[in-house]
Amino acid sequence: MNWDYESPRKAYGETLVELGRERDDIVVMDADLSTSTKTAMFGTEFPERFFNVGLQEQNMMGIAAGLARCGKTVFASSFAVFATGRAYDQVRQSIAYPRLNVKIVATHGGITVGEDGASHQMIEDIGLMSGLPNMRVIVPVDSNEVRSVIRFVASEDGPFYVRLTRTALPNLTDGDFKFGKGAVMRDGTDMTIIATGIEVGYSLKAAELLKEKGIDMQVVNMSTIKPIDRDIIIKSARDTGLIMTVEDHNIYNGLGSRVAEVLSENYPVRMLRHGMRDIFGRSGRWDTLLSHYEMDEKGIAKVAENFYKEVKS
Amino acid sequence: MEAINDEKVRELKLKANEIRKWVIKMVYAAQSGHPGGSLSAADILAVLYFHELHVDPKNPDWPQRDRFVLSKGHASPAYYAALAMRGFFPEEELLKFRKVESFLQGHPSLMVPGVDMCTGSLGQGLSAGIGMALAGKMDSLDYRVYVLLGDGEIEEGNVWEAAMTAATRKLDNLVAIVDRNKIQLDDFTDRMVELDPLEEKWRGFGWRVISINGHDIVQIIRALNEARKTGGRPTVIIAHTVKGKGVSYMENTPVYHGKPPQSEEEYEKALKELEEERRGI
Repeated sequence: MNWDYESPRKAYGETLVELGRERDDIVVMDADLSTSTKTAMFGTEFPERFFNVGLQEQNMMGIAAGLARCGKTVFASSFAVFATGRAYDQVRQSIAYPRLNVKIVATHGGITVGEDGASHQMIEDIGLMSGLPNMRVIVPVDSNEVRSVIRFVASEDGPFYVRLTRTALPNLTDGDFKFGKGAVMRDGTDMTIIATGIEVGYSLKAAELLKEKGIDMQVVNMSTIKPIDRDIIIKSARDTGLIMTVEDHNIYNGLGSRVAEVLSENYPVRMLRHGMRDIFGRSGRWDTLLSHYEMDEKGIAKVAENFYKEVKS
Repeated sequence: MEAINDEKVRELKLKANEIRKWVIKMVYAAQSGHPGGSLSAADILAVLYFHELHVDPKNPDWPQRDRFVLSKGHASPAYYAALAMRGFFPEEELLKFRKVESFLQGHPSLMVPGVDMCTGSLGQGLSAGIGMALAGKMDSLDYRVYVLLGDGEIEEGNVWEAAMTAATRKLDNLVAIVDRNKIQLDDFTDRMVELDPLEEKWRGFGWRVISINGHDIVQIIRALNEARKTGGRPTVIIAHTVKGKGVSYMENTPVYHGKPPQSEEEYEKALKELEEERRGI
């Protein structure tokens, strides 16, 4: 956990180039955002295997399906809002239902898109993609994990949704990604925060703030949203008795909902879902937005402390 | 132009007639399904599966096979009939169409041997066809890709995204066929969305356009031959057809877009008319 900041998008682009050198079945697609998603790095080295179709997210997903049906391993990228929202039906009908080998890697997930505002801040994508049979959903926690995740999805047949953020992220892991497994990032006894993506780092910092107040927090990184790691959720509930989820996503249909399902079916304890509370975001710098919606370390610490006091005092 | 043998034409007419009979039997057995747009496409499917497509029923995933995408997925009865008649699966299966014990899903699914793409949500098949055509060029395989679209279907915006891209990518191994039967679920197409001038629209999008009578076997064969000579452009065949073709009370009406014969009498009448047609071939 060296906390060096690194761009997950750049890690994605670099890993695609490495994969392109190793395997000639790797094909990459984009819809006029390749300089932002970093798929352009692949396009520069492998122009014959790179298809930037212009502003046609729906067409892109359909073409990706056709390429996959002919044996290609296809990475299709855009911003999360367009890759999952604009092209949802194409992803459903042409990729998920036939279970084709397409990896939808979306950048710019969540409100941390920042200044572009609510139109570009995708807070429903985890829900949309998790709801699809055959689709597996991963939110890498840092750039090291991005590299492992991209290699993993390239090696596994069938569709995946991988959600990346726009902003640089601190490296919290050495990239030892295990599909379908959460990871305890910090041990604690009073309460567990289960977080995903960018919110894991903030939750770890929040845990330090709460330590000063005598609250000992466990923090779990949940990189795989689907299939969710039931065991780690149940174990955390047993060990600490109180769960809070934090995500840069709507609290409906995201990480919080998945955790609530596992708890209510297996080991009901009090829990609180924190994130975007069924509201659209707004324009602003990404870090001021996290502060505005109490999703930075101070905000998380405040929400967690109030919840802890309400339940345990 | 290769000579088109009269015997071949007669054989294909008989195949189209047989497809039409299966369509009626299948939707009546299922009490569900879409006869109108299946009957309009029967001649096109007969030519594709019994003349044009290089496919191997014993090896449905043969990498060098020609690809076919039924983008107007609701014409599945005619499609499944053609596949079964071509030998991809036993014809007995056809009467289990849309039933839970069968792999013959309401709309084309990869569960069905010989099906190259899941379709049913309209407007997506041409995109899949582009992906297949691109893959063929990347792998230096000379297979061709055929996509059958409905005319109501092309109201979907995705079709025109695909049309632009296919021309941009110079996909001369891709052929789109529009089943121009002029009727969609609710009404006649021109009362819903003005599609004409249809030929000019496709031409404007960079395609080579061939207009034919989609029930004339010779014209269908000639158009598909012609499509091989485009030189850097995709070809669209606008096949002017009659919705419900071959069953008098289903012809030129939106009523039988998505419902089977409504009584034993209607069912018998449809089969009788098709049998009379067969005798005339």
